[in-house]
Amino acid sequence: MAEVEETLKRIQSHKGVIGNMVVNAEGIPIRTTLDNSTTVQYAGLLHQLTTKARSTVRDIDPQNDLTFLRIRSKKHEIMVAPDKEYLLIVIQNPCE
Amino acid sequence: MLPASAKVPHKPSRRQSISMGRGTRKRDEDSGTEVGEGTDEWTQSKATVRPPDQLELTDAELKEEFTRILTANNPHAPQNIVTYSFKEGTYKLIGFVNQLAVHFSQVGNLIPKDSDEGRRQHYRDELVAGSQESAKVVISETENLEEDEEPKELEAEAGSQTDVPAAGAAEKVTEELITPVQPKERMLTNKFNFSERASQTFNHRLRDRECQMEPPPRTNFSATANQWEIYDAYVEELEKQEKTKEKEKTKTPVAKKTGKMAMRKLMSVESQSDDITKVSQAAKIVERMVNQNTYDDIAQDFKYYEDAADEYRDQEGTLLPLWKFQNDKAKRLAVTALCWNPKYRDLFAVGHGSYDFMKQSRGMLLLYSMKNPSFPEYIFSSESGIMCLDMHVDHPYLVVVGHYDGNVAIYNLKKPHSQPSFRSSAKSGKHTEPVWQVKWQKDDMDQNLNFFSVSSDGRIVSWTIVKSELVHTDVIKLKVEGSTMEVSEGLQLHTMGCGTAFDFHKEIDYMFLVGTEEGKIYKCSKSYSSQFLDTYDAHNMAVDAVSWNPFHTKVFMSCSSDWTVKIWDHTIKTPMFIYDLNSAVGDVAWAPYSSTVFAAVTTDGKAHVFDLAINKYEAICNQPVVAKKKNKITHVQFNPIHPIIIVGDDRGHVTCLKLSPNLRKMPKEKKGQEVQKGPAVEIAKLDKLLNLVREVKTKT
Repeated sequence: MAEVEETLKRIQSHKGVIGNMVVNAEGIPIRTTLDNSTTVQYAGLLHQLTTKARSTVRDIDPQNDLTFLRIRSKKHEIMVAPDKEYLLIVIQNPCE
Repeated sequence: MLPASAKVPHKPSRRQSISMGRGTRKRDEDSGTEVGEGTDEWTQSKATVRPPDQLELTDAELKEEFTRILTANNPHAPQNIVTYSFKEGTYKLIGFVNQLAVHFSQVGNLIPKDSDEGRRQHYRDELVAGSQESAKVVISETENLEEDEEPKELEAEAGSQTDVPAAGAAEKVTEELITPVQPKERMLTNKFNFSERASQTFNHRLRDRECQMEPPPRTNFSATANQWEIYDAYVEELEKQEKTKEKEKTKTPVAKKTGKMAMRKLMSVESQSDDITKVSQAAKIVERMVNQNTYDDIAQDFKYYEDAADEYRDQEGTLLPLWKFQNDKAKRLAVTALCWNPKYRDLFAVGHGSYDFMKQSRGMLLLYSMKNPSFPEYIFSSESGIMCLDMHVDHPYLVVVGHYDGNVAIYNLKKPHSQPSFRSSAKSGKHTEPVWQVKWQKDDMDQNLNFFSVSSDGRIVSWTIVKSELVHTDVIKLKVEGSTMEVSEGLQLHTMGCGTAFDFHKEIDYMFLVGTEEGKIYKCSKSYSSQFLDTYDAHNMAVDAVSWNPFHTKVFMSCSSDWTVKIWDHTIKTPMFIYDLNSAVGDVAWAPYSSTVFAAVTTDGKAHVFDLAINKYEAICNQPVVAKKKNKITHVQFNPIHPIIIVGDDRGHVTCLKLSPNLRKMPKEKKGQEVQKGPAVEIAKLDKLLNLVREVKTKT
């Protein structure tokens, strides 16, 4: 358990990382480093998107599965790593 | 019916109606239809009222007496019955008319004792005695039967008329039946005298009983049935089946119990603890992604960058620095060993310790992945500095480590506790000097894992893991030749040589080379423990590394602190190639892709790459790799598949460098010929070179 906490701390302190959050299977954020409203927004939207993405991947080949999802925008990059029950979202500014 | 005596004389007209004609009949009817006079009497007063149609008679006529005769004649019987006589052809008056009037008849169930049926019943009652008296009764019955016929005719109207023919029939029946066996008569009881007996049972009251249950609780359930959901369900099912199969296979029930207990404990712990632990996998992936973003350019370089300037550099190459791996915990410790994982090509192990005799402290074993340069995947720490390490080819999760204090330990990456799975100790035969090199061997005949270690105490020890214990066997003791001393009483004392490096032959399993501190290299065999197969006077100072060529079976290479790198053919006592690098050489390694390429690193921070096929005398790359000059490079390793090398220095940093294309050149084939690859080509290539050299030598 401590390992995971450490990893998340490391991620947060990495260069360019703006924030991270853990969202459960229903789209409810469990822990976050951002403020509440932003978190809720990210959680809801990305949860739906991840479900869609995963569904797409698996429909094409059921033996395949989604490993991660990257959305690069002008300002920063949103990285989503889905798990069986949880979703880890990290927002990083890669250009810094 | 006319009430005869109830009539009051004041209405005599009625009496006359009997003998009168038709007119009186009418009155009969009229009077018959009147309501009974009794009612008249009490409703009205007793004043006599004259009916209007009463016959008016004179007094004389009223007083006239009439005589009446009471006869037994039936008033209703017809008085003049006429029948037609066919004989005479006329109607004849019948003189005698039957005057009998039956007022009431009822069929009863009483039978006269003397009658036929009565006697029969009586006779049946006496059947219990079953004596001859019954026979007598029978006889008397038959006599009486004949007499009974006549009186029965008279009874025609009294009894039921059916009796007569019945009696007749009964006679015959009884006559018939009396002769056969007695019990048969019972069946004919009352055959024609049938009486119906009906009875009604109690009708149970009908009652409506209803009950209503609570409706089952309902919930709404919705799910999607995609192709992959179906696939997932099948996979789960398969896993369950396999689990049940495995459970069946487990032998002892005790083991099962402990397993279950452990499972229960795990379950309870999991439910209690925060669910964060399940995110570990995702967290790892995200960390790598984040790192990839940060070191994006490096990753791109690693994959795609090929130094275009190499075309202009005449056969020289460069090393492009990629990532730098370092960890705070290992900052003061020198890199003492490097090893790539045989299975996961991006994973490598770094052993940390100290070469300084005076400053000995703890050791660390770190495993990094190239995908995450900022933090190691696995961290192990130990009390004593790690001097060497090796990863098993078949079990890439087993790492054997040799310590400065002479111990060896095996770490299991599957169980990343800080403690090693197996550890040698003073009792179990650890070395008395630092272990300089360890190497895994093939499993022995009992399928046990085993490895070799060489140390400065002059012993080469083979360790085997037998039933989760480390068992050691001394293979060879390095004796310094010519140093036997005669001590008193004929004992011979040998000075032990100090082994500093060894390498096993790739194909000839039992043969291996050992380098010593004295600068000699011994060729040894596993089977001979006292004698060496061969000795080479290799260097003037300690041999730091020996390494067989990965392709050519005869060639090996050695390096030493005496600034030289030498390449040998093991059949020849003198080296084929000698290179002087102006600084103590820390490590030397063959390239996995070519038999003629090798790299050497020196304590002045430079890395040298040689390609014998291109340039036999000089390095084709000569490059300072570490930043600060005082940083000594201690080890170098080639990655088995990627064109990169990792270099460790004594500050605890590991730098990853990419080989430029010139360093990876394959020999150019003549036009038209296919480019040949494979070990045979490499061997041939090297052979050619060696032959050249040999020719030169023989000439000189």
